[in-house]
Amino acid sequence: MIPASHPWLRGIRVNALSIQGLAKRFGEIQAVSGLSFEVSQGELFGFLGPNGAGKTTTINMLTGLARPDVGAIRIAGIDCTGNPKAAQHLTGVVPDESNLYPELTGFQNLSFCAALYGIRKKEREARARQLLDTFSLADAGDRKFAGYSKGMKRKLTIAAGIIHQPHILFLDEPTTGIDVASARQIRHLIADLNRSGTTIFLTTHYIEEAERLCGRIAFIVKGRIVRIDTVADLLQPIQDAHVMQIAVSTADPTLQDKLTAAFPHLTFHVPGPNLIRVESGAPVHAGPLVRFIEDQGVDVTEARRIRLSLEDVFVRITGIEAHAMKREKEKGGGRS
Amino acid sequence: MKQWIAFWNIFIKDFRAYYLKPPNISWGLIFPFAWTGMFFIKSGGVQDILSMVPGVICLSILFGTTSLLSVTVTFEKKGRSFDRLLLAPIPLELLMLAKTSGAILFGVVNAFVPILMAAFLTDLSQVSWNAAIPAIVLIAASSTFLGLFVAVSVSEVFEAQTFSNFFRFPMVFLCGLFFPIERLPFFLKPLSYLFPLTYGADILHGAFHGGHMMAFSADFTALSFFCIALFLISLRNIGRRWIL
Repeated sequence: MIPASHPWLRGIRVNALSIQGLAKRFGEIQAVSGLSFEVSQGELFGFLGPNGAGKTTTINMLTGLARPDVGAIRIAGIDCTGNPKAAQHLTGVVPDESNLYPELTGFQNLSFCAALYGIRKKEREARARQLLDTFSLADAGDRKFAGYSKGMKRKLTIAAGIIHQPHILFLDEPTTGIDVASARQIRHLIADLNRSGTTIFLTTHYIEEAERLCGRIAFIVKGRIVRIDTVADLLQPIQDAHVMQIAVSTADPTLQDKLTAAFPHLTFHVPGPNLIRVESGAPVHAGPLVRFIEDQGVDVTEARRIRLSLEDVFVRITGIEAHAMKREKEKGGGRS
Repeated sequence: MKQWIAFWNIFIKDFRAYYLKPPNISWGLIFPFAWTGMFFIKSGGVQDILSMVPGVICLSILFGTTSLLSVTVTFEKKGRSFDRLLLAPIPLELLMLAKTSGAILFGVVNAFVPILMAAFLTDLSQVSWNAAIPAIVLIAASSTFLGLFVAVSVSEVFEAQTFSNFFRFPMVFLCGLFFPIERLPFFLKPLSYLFPLTYGADILHGAFHGGHMMAFSADFTALSFFCIALFLISLRNIGRRWIL
């Protein structure tokens, strides 16, 4: 419950999160360095980066599971730098691993999590039932958490994070390692939560997920924010880009040089052994390119125009291949 | 009020999830039962029961509380469900009191197994319950906080048991349960006074058969000091080790 004197209840708009010069070192490793950003009330803010970038460390510092070495944290205008407990009643956290109690049922887990925030029995049981319904877990409510599938565990963990109706929700990799249908349902639930007014701080390595859900995104690499902007502004430089992808039998480096010499107004990349990527500020005509490549004795199996996405922006800004980041995480990569 | 709702629910959850589980109930009953039976057979007669019961009570509480608390807290920390408690808007002191209350109650219940057995075998009317019951509660609290201290110092469940034994066995042999402290070698005597169980055992000996070395007030003060010190050290260690 927000105290009556809180700016939000007096109609004063304060940032949901305000972070200034946050840094954290673990021994020799500088996990996070000089982080400064703000998240507005009601915003869905994405925090993107590869494993080890400092995403989870940042969430841990914001929620009180880690102490920053330096820097200031304000949550809903409350200074939490030295006292993380001060705003814990306003925040909900969904960690990157499902951490509910295996020996309790789904319903008992939700009810217990609500009790941790001082919600009375009648109300917490009503909320638990409602959330089990919302997350399509009503039939599994009386089953022990230990017996849930990965997707069900993830959904129940999210439900546990919002049972006390937090104003700010920290979601750490909410859809990692679960089936497509569950991930899709979770993304819908996140969007609905945000529409209902909850500020969401989302870390993910699924760039397309961030593009679809977030209003603003920060890219974090090696503990530093390398870019922070709205999704529209991040995508702006590639709006006018025309890209064609040509699948070939073999794409050796000499072919790229020959293409660059023959078509100096186009930019060529070779992202894989059988792919050539052509970029231009104007529409790319496939015919002359395909003929030229075939004249070099290389078969062309496909040529198609592709739309650039936030993933391409991420790669351009960070120099990190998004697919490699995704593979690394799904192999069971640790926390970052 | 909200914090007490949280406190009560943590206590109830732990009691249901850990302490009322069949293996723990059997541990809580069979262990004290076995100790009592073993010592009774060894003592060779009903007349020795009153001098034997304090030791069995202490052993039952010590092993029951330290084992369960150190294991359950380490288990929750490893499974990261303990983080959920740290994220709740509850002061750390209250949170840890809630986590330890279940173990303290478990220890008190354990203590009454040998007492009930003794009640069938001998007359307990001369026992000073005014001293024995607060002593049992304080022994349970200090042993539980010792378990907490162990839990915060290790990261694996098996380490919790190993590290507990590092404290438990010297304590059992040096606290005056088996050998009177005055008969210990002179270099071991000071060590005896570093263990909370020494003071708890002394009160129980006094309460059951009048054979105590120190004044009850000194014993209670020392035992209370150990409870507070172990709890505060554990809190400080949680802050340093778990809130990185």
